[in-house]
Amino acid sequence: MTSALPAAAFPSSPSAIALRAGKRATLGVEQKLRLDCGVELGPFTLAYQTYGTLNPDKSNAVLICHALTLDQFVVETHPVTGKPGWWDSFVAPGKPLDPAKYFIICINVVGGCMGSVGPTEIDPATGKPYGLNFPVVTIADMVRAQAMLLDHLGIDSLFCVIGGSMGGMQVLQWASAYPDRVFAAIPVATAARHSAQNIAFHEVGRQAIMADPDWHNGDYYSHGTSPHRGLAVARMAAHITYLSETALHRKFGRNLQDREKLGFGFEADFQVESYLRHQGSTFVERFDANSYLYITRAMDYFDLAREHGGVLANAFRNCRSRFCLVSFTSDWLFPTPESREVVQALNAVAANVSFVEIETDKGHDAFLLDEPEMYKVLDGFLEAAASARGLKSRK
Amino acid sequence: MTAETFVQRRGAIRVDLQLIADMVDAKSRVLDIGCGDGALLEYLVHFKQVDGRGMELSQQGVNACVGNGLAVIQGDADTDLRAYPDGAFDYVILSQTLQATRDPRGVLQQMLRVGRRAVVSFPNFGYWRVRLGLLLNGRMPTTQTLPYSWYDTPNIHLCTIRDFLDMSASAGVEIERMIALGKDGRRVGSAVDLPALINWRAEQAVFLLGTKA
Repeated sequence: MTSALPAAAFPSSPSAIALRAGKRATLGVEQKLRLDCGVELGPFTLAYQTYGTLNPDKSNAVLICHALTLDQFVVETHPVTGKPGWWDSFVAPGKPLDPAKYFIICINVVGGCMGSVGPTEIDPATGKPYGLNFPVVTIADMVRAQAMLLDHLGIDSLFCVIGGSMGGMQVLQWASAYPDRVFAAIPVATAARHSAQNIAFHEVGRQAIMADPDWHNGDYYSHGTSPHRGLAVARMAAHITYLSETALHRKFGRNLQDREKLGFGFEADFQVESYLRHQGSTFVERFDANSYLYITRAMDYFDLAREHGGVLANAFRNCRSRFCLVSFTSDWLFPTPESREVVQALNAVAANVSFVEIETDKGHDAFLLDEPEMYKVLDGFLEAAASARGLKSRK
Repeated sequence: MTAETFVQRRGAIRVDLQLIADMVDAKSRVLDIGCGDGALLEYLVHFKQVDGRGMELSQQGVNACVGNGLAVIQGDADTDLRAYPDGAFDYVILSQTLQATRDPRGVLQQMLRVGRRAVVSFPNFGYWRVRLGLLLNGRMPTTQTLPYSWYDTPNIHLCTIRDFLDMSASAGVEIERMIALGKDGRRVGSAVDLPALINWRAEQAVFLLGTKA
């Protein structure tokens, strides 16, 4: 590979999105979604997938909240990339989330680009894609929209809300905003607020996108271009934060890519460079640059304590949910102390909380991987919660 | 889970843990500090239907507990009790761990702040075998309840039963019950007996504590 330029760009025509989206619901027809920025959104579309069957007393629903660049295709082959579902090892028969036992829902977030309303969708006011006219959304907005979809599906209370990274932020928001609708909450590798360092990394990514001349102030849709170079750089920078120094070294070391000696140029001499370029170029085929701007912004704005008088414990004052927090030793994006802060806030209101730190060198991305220790712990937690909820054991 | 399957899986719980379990009212709110692999907590949850929480220093212990469906966090008795509100629990349990804390008196006071009652057990350094061991061998004693060598022991604040009684009195702690155990867990005394005598005979003791009105 001689260039970091990705070959293809994200196809953003609405028909392409519709083909990809799977299940969709139109919401906010009678009652619009009031966003934190003050804008009212509606009617709007959410795209989602479900697995398993809702039981007669509707007590077995599980909401999976996806991370920044993931989507609702948890189990099945991804309609764009053709790759396996991103959590098909966790949501499977005999695994902690067994579709034979639970009714599992995953919803593409507001601001996303896999069929839910977002900057790639058509703005009814102009008949053109929203682009930067799309309102800035927050984690709380994403969760409000999810709650509307659950209302639409007739699900009042969730057995469990689970998610990692940005998904974990949504889990915390769910438990705080809808304490009566969440029986068990599993925030994985997350935090109650985005740290300065994480905002900084996001800003690098956004600047890379906006510096791409093909971005056209977010209106690349009408220019027939796509800021795929900027988006690829954003992904490359972000991808480093998902790994750990140890894992990078173990995987690549200083090994050279397809060559015996240094090239004395700026091609991808090192395997790690080649790997990052590949990550960047495959990402732009499945993700929209404006969506990346909006969703990273939502994470940056997340600060649960700030909305509760600066005291995180107040966010969980009325919460009866049982919590299981998970962090990973080598995760430097959402390090263990961030989870511990949430645990302490939950202890301050005497909430029912479990907290485990998993030993791994795989960094932040460990939450997506088949970590046997995490699976064992979450299986035990879910089994106990299910028995407390009166769900039949599958063992 | 039935009693049989619990015993099949866990074996019978340790005699001092059984005594502690017997002191706890059914359906109460319990925090077990230093809950290890969760043997006592699991017993209390299943046979006394308590709302049970645990805190454990070792991550391995925590993960095993949570994997067994117990609500346990990684934490340190010395620092992490402060996060809990007053009166959050009916019982706060600290078994065989007080002597390993940095500030036993402070921990005890925190326990009685977050809980209405505290249950504490510890190895008695006044036990006659301990005294005799030091007297005859001139070396730091090791026994069943004190198995460590001096250089690798987590026990940095060992005490005798009488030391504990003195400290409790000075900290405004009321002794509601005491059960003293000799070798192999035989009962050798209770709060009605002469402290000096129990202090000789007991290898370990279990206390049910409250706050003086």
